Amino acid sequence: MLDPIRLAAMARKEWIQLRRDARSMALAFVLPLLLLLFFGYAITWDVRDIRLAVHDADGGADARDLIQAFESSGYFRVVSRLDRSADADRELEAGRALAVMAIPPDFGERLRAGEPAPVQLLLDGSDANTATIALGYADAIASRFGQQVVLRGVRIDPPVEVASRVWYNPELRSRNMIVPGLVAVIMSIIAAMLTALTIAREWERGTMEQLAATPVHRLEVVLGKLVPYLGIGFVDVAVAVAAGVFIFDVPLRGNLLLLAAMTLLFLIGALGLGMFISAAMRSQVLATQVAMIATYLPALLLSGFLFDIASMPVVLKAATAIVPARYYITVTRGIFLKGVGVEALWAQGLAMIVFAAAGLGLAAATFRKRIAP
Amino acid sequence: MNPTAGDPVVVLEGLTRRFGTAVAVADLSFAVERAELFGIVGPDGAGKTTTLRLLAGVLPPTSGDARLFGISVAREPERVKPQLAYMAQRFGLYEDLTVAENIHFYADLYRVPRRERADRIERLHAFSRLGEFSDRLAGALSGGMKQKLALSCALVHRPALLLLDEPTFGVDPISRRDLWLILHEMVAEGVTIVVSTSYLDEAERCDRVVLLDRGRVLAFDRPAALQAAFPGRLLSVATAEPRDARDRLRDHPAVARATLFGRNLHVQLAPGGSPEAVAAALAAAAIPTEGIVAIEPSLEDVFIDRVAGSAVS
Repeated sequence: MLDPIRLAAMARKEWIQLRRDARSMALAFVLPLLLLLFFGYAITWDVRDIRLAVHDADGGADARDLIQAFESSGYFRVVSRLDRSADADRELEAGRALAVMAIPPDFGERLRAGEPAPVQLLLDGSDANTATIALGYADAIASRFGQQVVLRGVRIDPPVEVASRVWYNPELRSRNMIVPGLVAVIMSIIAAMLTALTIAREWERGTMEQLAATPVHRLEVVLGKLVPYLGIGFVDVAVAVAAGVFIFDVPLRGNLLLLAAMTLLFLIGALGLGMFISAAMRSQVLATQVAMIATYLPALLLSGFLFDIASMPVVLKAATAIVPARYYITVTRGIFLKGVGVEALWAQGLAMIVFAAAGLGLAAATFRKRIAP
Repeated sequence: MNPTAGDPVVVLEGLTRRFGTAVAVADLSFAVERAELFGIVGPDGAGKTTTLRLLAGVLPPTSGDARLFGISVAREPERVKPQLAYMAQRFGLYEDLTVAENIHFYADLYRVPRRERADRIERLHAFSRLGEFSDRLAGALSGGMKQKLALSCALVHRPALLLLDEPTFGVDPISRRDLWLILHEMVAEGVTIVVSTSYLDEAERCDRVVLLDRGRVLAFDRPAALQAAFPGRLLSVATAEPRDARDRLRDHPAVARATLFGRNLHVQLAPGGSPEAVAAALAAAAIPTEGIVAIEPSLEDVFIDRVAGSAVS
C-alpha cells in the first residue's frame, strides 16, 4: 500500500522546506544545544560554599576550632563576623549569608566541663532544598567536632562502623545525573515542537488542500514527513551526547548502539506525538502551544529528571507511566553512568515501543485528507 | 468499471453539503460529458468552491453522491484521485520550492515514470513558458505564472478530468487568455474540464454551464441556449445619468428589469413593452439619452434575470 517513491518525495520535499527555513533550522539544530549548555551549567544540586555569618560571643580556642571545622569542610565559607547576635536577621534578610552560626559566651567553658554546649544555627529556609542540605552538613560537622572534643587524645574503635561507597557517580556530581537526563527532556520538547508545525503549516498555507487531492496515502504523508525530523533528532542526540562527554565530562560507559536503538524508538514516539497534535489542531500557533504543554512540564517534572518518582504521591506516580521521557531518562542515565545493557533496560525498551506505536498510530489516525469532517 | 466513451465522466446525484446548519450546496444533480469544457458559474458564496472540493474528494458530502468515471466519490474518494487533477482557488503549491521541485514533487506523487518525465515537462514548459524559471522559487512568481505552474503540476500526470476552481482569479488579462487557450487545447485532446468562474465572459467560452446561486442550480445548459431562452427583449440605453434612468424605469410598466452595466443601462422589456415607451419615459423625466439599441442578452443578463427570478419565488 505504501509507495516508496511517494514516501521519498514527501520526505525530500519536507527536507528542502526545512533547509530553506532559517527558523526551523535554528529550532532543529541550535536550540537543543543551547538548552543543553544553558541547563547543563545552570542546574546543579551540589551545595558548596554556603555563605556563613558567624557571631562568636565566646572567642576562645574551642570556638575558633569549631569555626575552622566549618570552613575546612569545603561546604561553608565564612563571609562575615557579627558583633551582635541581633545582626543575624539583617544578614539573612539581605541575603549576604545563607546561614548564621551563633556561638554562646560559655561555649568553651561548657565543653571543658563536659556539659552539652549548644550552638545556634539560623538558616534561610526560603530555598528549602539548599537549607536542608546545609543543615545536614552542619549537623555532620558539629557532631564530628563533638566526637573529637570528647575523644580528645583517646582513640577508641566504634563497635559498628558503616563504610559507605557510592557507585556509578562516586563523587556524587549532580551534573552526571543532569546531563543524560537533559538529553531526554530537551529531545521530548524539541521533537514534538518540530513536528507540531508540519501538518498545521500545510493546512494554513493551503498546500494541504492541493496535496489532499492527489493519490498520496495519508500514511505516506505522515511517514514521509517523519523521516527528515528523525534524521534531525538523531543528529541532535549525537551532538548532545558528545557535548555531555566532552564539555561536561560525563562518563559514557554503555553501548552506543543500544543508545541509538532506544533513541530511535523514543524519537518516533515523540515526533509522532507532535504530528498528532499538528493534525488535530491544524493551526501552527495552537499546535505549538499544545505541544509545549504536553511535553515540557511532564518531561521536566514527571520524568524523574528533577524529582524522584518513587517518592511522588500515588496519583502523580501513576501519571508518570505515560510520560515517555521517564523511560528514556532511565535509558540515558543507565547507559551513560551504569553502562548497563538490554538486560537492564528491556522494560524501558518495551515501553518506548508502545509509545512509538501510539505516537505514529495517533498521528496516522488523526490526519485526514479532508478539509472538513 | 470501464466506462464506455458515451458515458458521462461526472454525474452528480443530489450532491449536498452542509456546514453546521448552513447549506453550502443543496441537491446538485447534473452530468458532465467526456471532453466537455464545463463551467460552474455564480457569484461569491454560490457554492462553486464547495462543489469542486466535493468532486475532488477533499470534502465529503453530507448527502448525495457524485460518480467520477463511475466511481463514487463519497465512498471511494481515493480511487478517484489518480485520474483527476484539482487546482484549488488558493495557490496550493509550495512557495519555498522551486518551479522544477514543485513539478517533480507532483510527478512523484502521481507516479509519473522517470523516462517519460523529461518529455512531459518539456511539453508543459512549451505552453507555460516556465522553462527559464525552473530554478526560481514558486513564491517569487507573478500571479499568472503561479497559475501556470499550478496547471503544469495538475497536468503532469495527464489526468482525464481537470477540476479548476477560479483559475483566472487575480490573473492579468494576457495570462488569462493563455490559460483559456490551454484549456481549449486540453479539451481538444479529450480531457474533461470542470471550471468555476465568476467572470461571465469566461463562462461563455464553456460548452455548457451550470448557474449556481446560494448553493442551488438556477440553470443548466449551453450558454447560447440560455441566452436564447432569455424572456423578453433587451435594450441597452446609453446615458450620462444611468442611475437616474434606472430609478425612473424600474417601476415603469413597459420594463421588467433595469440593470446598470458599467456606464450603460440594460433594460429588459416587459410583455407589451417597447423601446419607444422606454424612450418616452426617459424624455418625460428629462434624462438625456445617447442611444437606445436592442441587444442580444449576454450570460450576465441571463444570470441577473435568473437570480432575480429565484429571489422572488
